[in-house]
Amino acid sequence: MITLAGSLLTGTNDWLFQSVELELFPGGWSCLLGPSGVGKTTILRLLAGLETHGAFQGKINTARCSYMAQQDLLMPWLNVMGNVTLGAKLRGEEIDTQRARELIEQVGLTEHTDKYPGQLSGGMRQRASLARTLMEDQDLVLLDEPFSALDAKKRADMQELAHELLGGKTVMLVTHDPAEAARLGNRNLIMNESGLHAMPAKTISNILAPEAPETLNLQSSLLVALRKAAA
Amino acid sequence: MNRFIWVLLSFCFAIAAWQALVSLTGVPHFILPAPKQVLDTLIKSRELIAWHAVVTISEVLIGLLLGAFLGALTALHLMVSATSRRLLMPILVFSQAIPVFALAPVLTLWLGYGIWSKVFMAVLITYFPVASNFLDGLRRTDRGYLDLATTMKAGRWQTLLQIRLPAALPSLASGLKLAAVYAPIGAIIGEWVGASDGLGYLMLLANGRAKIDLMFASLFVLASFTVILHSLVSLFANWLTRRAKGETKELLEKA
Repeated sequence: MITLAGSLLTGTNDWLFQSVELELFPGGWSCLLGPSGVGKTTILRLLAGLETHGAFQGKINTARCSYMAQQDLLMPWLNVMGNVTLGAKLRGEEIDTQRARELIEQVGLTEHTDKYPGQLSGGMRQRASLARTLMEDQDLVLLDEPFSALDAKKRADMQELAHELLGGKTVMLVTHDPAEAARLGNRNLIMNESGLHAMPAKTISNILAPEAPETLNLQSSLLVALRKAAA
Repeated sequence: MNRFIWVLLSFCFAIAAWQALVSLTGVPHFILPAPKQVLDTLIKSRELIAWHAVVTISEVLIGLLLGAFLGALTALHLMVSATSRRLLMPILVFSQAIPVFALAPVLTLWLGYGIWSKVFMAVLITYFPVASNFLDGLRRTDRGYLDLATTMKAGRWQTLLQIRLPAALPSLASGLKLAAVYAPIGAIIGEWVGASDGLGYLMLLANGRAKIDLMFASLFVLASFTVILHSLVSLFANWLTRRAKGETKELLEKA
């Protein structure tokens, strides 16, 4: 079980957040929404074991993760194959090229295996980044707004692809998009200055269609709650 | 092609202006020789100039290679060791306040009149731009890349060699371009202070004997070499940069 409970004191001795309690939905998607600057990314970074600007006081129960950010973080000097297999190279492990090829195929980039990130479109780059995330094969996947820079169609496609390929993993998604949380989240949370608040979420394990009435209902209730949270 | 024609025109213009100055003022040839006279001297004394040019070119190339190599190595070392960085950075920066000119006499005293005092000058003058540019690049790696490496449980050395280093290649490239321009300056200063060979020595000698045509001919050879060196290093540096940015030829053709 991935949990986090505690408070974070910033460098200027302010609380970024206080007495937050988070428990990720095991084997499914937990979506974290909320106004900018409230500390969503900080929570994700704490779970990822990355540096934060401040001192965390409390308890974190986490695991090794694979991480995907808004920027695709593809190394421009490596081609798609090189980027997908980056983790093994950085750990000095043997590279499983066969598995990398399969994952590249699953994200639909087989023809582009030897291309460099500069030669790919934004959507293709995020798919390469997704293949790299899958290559790490960790049970915990932390996503920090990975689809937010994509256009509406590509974003919807990416949500479906990610949901399919990350099936069974414990995923935390930080997002600004209520529609995204409505489609994907088994557990939706809104974070504001007073802490984390549980929100309604879909009850089935499948991803919801963007136009389904349930999606639209969830989306509007999340939007209403978000506007209140920011006020 | 168009650019080449303009370069050619530009040179023709400069030579015409030079010739006009000589013809109109009637200045004696031992003050300012005509372009044709310099060309004649260049052809007539080609063996003499070539010999001295070989010496200078060797000094510059050895100095540039050594300086760039040591500079890059220093940057990698300072990147890895915070203690070294704190200890050595102030000295390195202070050393740049010392004009290399001022060191030339003592280098000649220590290393003699041969090529090594000049090579050392070229090393001194190329070392810092390479080290400081490359170190800057190594330290300015995108935070996101390093975060990714952390979550991938990358080792310290792997992160340095596989992420920081390739990401810093464009910075190394700009350091190398600067070094290519500085290296000949270092060698020539060395030759001025004390030498028995090299273009700097030849120019000083010719000047002293009022052989201004020989002086200009040597200068022309030196400048040509510097331009060629700079172009070659730029080609290499741009290739490094393109490599680091993943820009292949194919992509450039499309652009």
